[in-house]
Amino acid sequence: MAAAIIDTLRRELSPDSAEPCLSHGTLVLTVPPAALLATARRLCSEFGFDLFLDVTAVDWPQRTPRFEVVYHFYSSVHHVRVRLKTAVPEAEPVVDSLCSLYGSAHFMERECHDMYGIVFRGNPDLRPILLYEGFVGHPLRKDYRKDHEQPLVSYRT
Amino acid sequence: MNRGTIPIRPAHPQSGALEYISTKKDELVGWARKFSLFPYPFVTACCAMEFMAVSSTPYDTDRFGAALPRFSPRQSDLLMVVGTVTHKQAPVLVKVYEQMCEPKWVMAFGACATSGGFYQNYAALAGIDKIIPVDVYVPGCPPRPETVIDAIMQLQDRIARAHHPIITKTF
Repeated sequence: MAAAIIDTLRRELSPDSAEPCLSHGTLVLTVPPAALLATARRLCSEFGFDLFLDVTAVDWPQRTPRFEVVYHFYSSVHHVRVRLKTAVPEAEPVVDSLCSLYGSAHFMERECHDMYGIVFRGNPDLRPILLYEGFVGHPLRKDYRKDHEQPLVSYRT
Repeated sequence: MNRGTIPIRPAHPQSGALEYISTKKDELVGWARKFSLFPYPFVTACCAMEFMAVSSTPYDTDRFGAALPRFSPRQSDLLMVVGTVTHKQAPVLVKVYEQMCEPKWVMAFGACATSGGFYQNYAALAGIDKIIPVDVYVPGCPPRPETVIDAIMQLQDRIARAHHPIITKTF
């Protein structure tokens, strides 16, 4: 049953350019940013992927485009996981928000915006969620110095 | 002075009678204060498990008069910072410390509160002594309960030896 749905997804959602692969039982699909929202919508409404597990990003400083935004979905009907990847450039790290499909996207996109500076177009509230107001930069980017602190309280002398 | 004894001396040691006692104000107040520590547990991370172990029956900090946590900083005199403090939490810790009445003492419980531990990144504060004064440091990740008891006893010795102004700075 899982193999059947994976085959269907491969046939239906695989874009022409990238070859989808199976990683530890998870179907990995790479899509251009423009096709992201449409693909996620089909996963959500057509194929029964009702659980949005996570959105995060990967910083590849040597690559162009630099950032890879990674989504994980799970189907409680088919018991199958799908990973969706899309690459965005440093100059314009913008992808469409999935808030209209999954309520949990609100907070997870805020965290990804905190840590990597990915802008989720359509998310109504991208305030810091783990960081604090006034924090400059995005700490999980590779060019953020690991010993760079931004204390809120002045240190004792 | 022996630890745990009441600092009183009979006026006439030969008779053995205690018609009146004489002591020093600082010794008496220090003796009272060192056995009535009311901790405020500022517990943020995994060291909390060791804090629970040390305050429960097998180790029993009640023997040192320091087992009853007060969950209001205004009623406590020992701030136990147990676990990692982040930069985002630092203003909260300072506010808690400032709400405590004098006299007050601070214990940095575990490696993270002492020095930031193994964290060196954008999030963690590298030791609470960067923002508030610390009286006793407890090493360990997490500390053994014996280490915590040793720290309490060291703090008690320090309180017993300290000057305790109760009316003016000099008295």
